Amino acid sequence: MDLVVNILSMTVPFSVAILLASTGEMFNQRSGVFNLGCEGIMAMGAFIGMLIPFLVGGGGPVSGVYNWLGLLAATLIGALLGLFFGLIVVTFRAPQGIAGIGLQMFGVGTAGTLFRHFVGGTQSIPGMNSTPIPLLSRIPVIGPIFFSHNLMVYIAFLFVPAAWYVLFKTSWGLKVRAVGTHPRAADSMGINVNRTRYEALALGGALAGLAGAYLSVCQVKMFSDELIAGRGFIAVALVYFGHWHPVKIMAGALLFSFAQTIQYNVQGLGIDLPYEFFVMLPYIVVIVVLAFTSKNQKTGPAALGKPFNREMRT
Amino acid sequence: MNRNFKIAYKVSVIVLAVLATLLLSSLILMILGADILKTFYTIVITPLTRVGHITEVFVRAVPLCIIALGVAVAYRSGIINIGAEGQMAMGILGFTTVAVTMPDTPRFILLPFALLCGMLCGALWGFIPGILKAKLDVSELLSTVMLNYIAAQFYSFCLRVPLLDPAERLSGAGTPQSARLTANIEIGRISGRLHYGIFIALVLAVLVYLFMWKTSYGYKMRASGAQSRAARYGGINVPFYVTLAMVISGAFAGLAGGVEIAAVHRRAIEGVTNNYGFSAVVVALFGMLHPFGIVPASFFFALLIYGSTLTPRAVGVPANIVDVMQGLIIIVIVTTQMILQNSYLEDRVWRWFKTRTGKEEV
Repeated sequence: MDLVVNILSMTVPFSVAILLASTGEMFNQRSGVFNLGCEGIMAMGAFIGMLIPFLVGGGGPVSGVYNWLGLLAATLIGALLGLFFGLIVVTFRAPQGIAGIGLQMFGVGTAGTLFRHFVGGTQSIPGMNSTPIPLLSRIPVIGPIFFSHNLMVYIAFLFVPAAWYVLFKTSWGLKVRAVGTHPRAADSMGINVNRTRYEALALGGALAGLAGAYLSVCQVKMFSDELIAGRGFIAVALVYFGHWHPVKIMAGALLFSFAQTIQYNVQGLGIDLPYEFFVMLPYIVVIVVLAFTSKNQKTGPAALGKPFNREMRT
Repeated sequence: MNRNFKIAYKVSVIVLAVLATLLLSSLILMILGADILKTFYTIVITPLTRVGHITEVFVRAVPLCIIALGVAVAYRSGIINIGAEGQMAMGILGFTTVAVTMPDTPRFILLPFALLCGMLCGALWGFIPGILKAKLDVSELLSTVMLNYIAAQFYSFCLRVPLLDPAERLSGAGTPQSARLTANIEIGRISGRLHYGIFIALVLAVLVYLFMWKTSYGYKMRASGAQSRAARYGGINVPFYVTLAMVISGAFAGLAGGVEIAAVHRRAIEGVTNNYGFSAVVVALFGMLHPFGIVPASFFFALLIYGSTLTPRAVGVPANIVDVMQGLIIIVIVTTQMILQNSYLEDRVWRWFKTRTGKEEV
């Protein structure tokens, strides 16, 4: 029982990075843009997020404000990279898959380069402390699983209903879905397709940057080249799995995070398999899930991956 | 619109693209506070100044070229293979397994057999995303990346347990590496670490050209990539050719891994793949997805990769700068292609040009 509680209480905070990035990617894809550069944006966010508390405190303890400042800066740099991606795929209409790979290499490379110059070797930061919610965190089983994490965890899970509300209940959400489903119709109704896509990309990039910073500031409390470890790509896959719906995406994030958590509890589970096979597990889950969910992509945004050209007759 | 204008337009777009790449990389260098010109000099010129440097560039060009040829075959068939990193790792495992289990076999059997085994392992790792794409519509971009991570873990497991050098096991040091290969499986060296594998790369380039442009298989694969619906209407079994393309692509990456071990490292160690799988995508695009473009492109990117290993000492710029440049180059290439294809934009520039010069031409 302790073991189950232990695994589940790690599952919740570990899912946050994927959850945030995936929610952002959902907005991108709902607007018709497939942003594979998510991994690169996360890497940049993770680097910027840890850089600010590190520069202020030199690796020592810092006031919590600087952690938040790091998260904020990561969000901004993520939004900027999202807009940069918009320039490439919305304005210049470059093929989105390969351009995303370019953005991923650029982001990961830049984060690694700047990290080596400004930070140097492996440096940990104190990061964000956990803030158990009074009373609620003392409930047995449920308390440690849901209510004894750092503040970002609660905020991230509040983003799920917020994303649902924005996407389905606001006029901006309607615009995003319109340009992702039938840009030409949206255009003739006076919606600025490219502008809406830029906005969605900025929001998606901001969330991806925040997700990266969550990893470096709140979860691992350091930066390294292998920090993101494919979480950006998992986030993209999760959007398919979650059928472009925030709540289903949250369920997916928890599932993948569960697969990831198992590697930290191998001894307790008493399974005699080499360590590496547990590290593989989440990636295998992604492939299996993709194999089962990709065929019915018909339910997704109809204009996903298709650049929009006002001047072109169809 | 006259012909001179069209040529001038194309040239100026390409020049602008090169400038954009340089400008954006300079921006990163500026943040680092490095000497920009000296950095570019160290990356592009210094490696060409000594024979010892040039052979090292060629050593990196060989795997890049072999993998990029495979990537181009896949790309032409409509499937983007960014999983060459994992396919190469699997190829190394296949090659090394044969090499260490039957070291006493005569050379002319052992070397081809081991290379073939490496190719098979790589091909298998390419077959998985290929068949998933063909039958189940799984995005190859995602599945190949996931397979990279899986292969990386499997690779370090194999080096740590089944393939571990017995000497390491006895001494207890446990450095994850395989036993050293016997002399009868090594590929010889020409000068420095430059090895005869370079001829494998060149021969493959010609073979890929013949296969893709002079056989019906190649034609059908290119047709599947160019217009898959039209190809299907024309009676081409598109899923089969897409899978075949991935199998070939994986086999090439596996071969590159085998050659790398046989000629350069002579035992399987950590870090052999060295991001070649991702760089090869850039090489393939930069070489315009054509074998005769890929050969010089692989040399150019090997130059960048080797040059960037010199920058930390020469100008204090981390070697990761090469990843930044490669990412930018991909972005700039795909963007430039779209701009060149955009006839509306060209027309608009032409009209602007006419109003500025005031010349009326038909």
